[in-house]
Amino acid sequence: MASNTQDAAHGAAEAAQGSAPGMPQLDFSTFGNQIFWLAIALVAIYLILSRVALPRIAAVLAERQGTITNDLAAAEDLKAKAVEAEDAYNKALADARAEAQRIAADARAEIQVGLDEAIAKADEQIAVKAAESEKAIAEIKAGALESVKEVAADTAEALVSALGGKADAKAIAAAVADRTKG
Amino acid sequence: MGKLFFYVALALVVVSGLIFKPEVAELVIHPMDQFNVTSYTSDHVSMFAITNVTVWLGLAVLAVFALMVLGSSRRAIVPSRAQSVAELTYGFIYKMVEDVAGKDGVKFFPYIMTLFMFILMANFLGLIPTSFTTTSHIAVTAVLAALVFFTVTIVGFVKNGVGFLGLFWVSSAPLALRPILAIIELISYFVRPVSHSIRLAGNVMAGHAVLKVFAGFAGALGLFSFLPIFAITAVYALEVLVAFIQAYVFTILTCVYLKDALHPSH
Repeated sequence: MASNTQDAAHGAAEAAQGSAPGMPQLDFSTFGNQIFWLAIALVAIYLILSRVALPRIAAVLAERQGTITNDLAAAEDLKAKAVEAEDAYNKALADARAEAQRIAADARAEIQVGLDEAIAKADEQIAVKAAESEKAIAEIKAGALESVKEVAADTAEALVSALGGKADAKAIAAAVADRTKG
Repeated sequence: MGKLFFYVALALVVVSGLIFKPEVAELVIHPMDQFNVTSYTSDHVSMFAITNVTVWLGLAVLAVFALMVLGSSRRAIVPSRAQSVAELTYGFIYKMVEDVAGKDGVKFFPYIMTLFMFILMANFLGLIPTSFTTTSHIAVTAVLAALVFFTVTIVGFVKNGVGFLGLFWVSSAPLALRPILAIIELISYFVRPVSHSIRLAGNVMAGHAVLKVFAGFAGALGLFSFLPIFAITAVYALEVLVAFIQAYVFTILTCVYLKDALHPSH
């Protein structure tokens, strides 16, 4: 309490001196000074901002916007190029495949031709050999038949003579021929 | 982690209260003393004396210079931290002017930017302990509001001629009501600079005075001084918010008044 009254007395004394009224904001003797320096400060800030800071920041922002736009355009361009390159690659791949197939087909056809020729040749040779063999076999067969006839006639003659008959060569030959026919 | 920090801070405050025994300290705080204008060059505050107002206005100019000029000096495509803040501030106010005042308001952008940067920096500098807050003085905010008022009025008459008076003639109201509305509109128009200036100075002054009042409590409460100290912390956080919001409010109201001047029809 005592200190409060002391404070109040102190404040009253100050107020009486006129150095500190209740609100310094309402001390009109300082207004001139404040307004003078405020005007200088505002003009300074205005000059700093309008001459240097704002144009610079505007330029930086515009430049950034430009860079972003350019980069986007460049990216779009590169993307188109990439798509183009992919198309070209796919086309080249398809062409190469077709070429490979064509070459394979050609090679196959060529080989087929050679093969056919070789097979025909071989067939021919085989036919010749077969004909030769058939001929030889026919000769051997004919020879063998002749021999059979001779042997049969000889045997028949020997049998007839052994049985005490008189062998008629003509009759025996006819009989053998008759028997060997069927 | 945050909890631990809180308890350590609490313990520190209590211990410091015990050690320093604030109830016996010769700590008498006058909440309004922080707003005193004192001269460094003469006994009384004359017009051209170097005062604490000069110093803190100068620091506000330096702060604007540091952020907007030094911050953007590298002109980087990928901005540094300071440059991003400068660019964000630029974009914020530019968009505000464009949205509120319209396309033709954009040529007033440097003026509005000047007001915003000054108030913002002065408010934030005022939050430094033991500093002097220039925007807490009605002389300063009244000049700012008067600048806006006269600019807007002159622009309104230059742009629209007598048509600017259409601002007070509410053509959408019934004819009989229009003269009454015109008087109300006229009064509200002239009250604008008053509310515009007192809102800023009042908010800033009240917050700073409350901080000092709580500081006085801290001196009187002894061991329990930590209570007002926490209250000061909370109010200080609020004041940081107020410092920005009042700059924003002053600026957006300027834009609204400018819109009225450029397009007076309702």
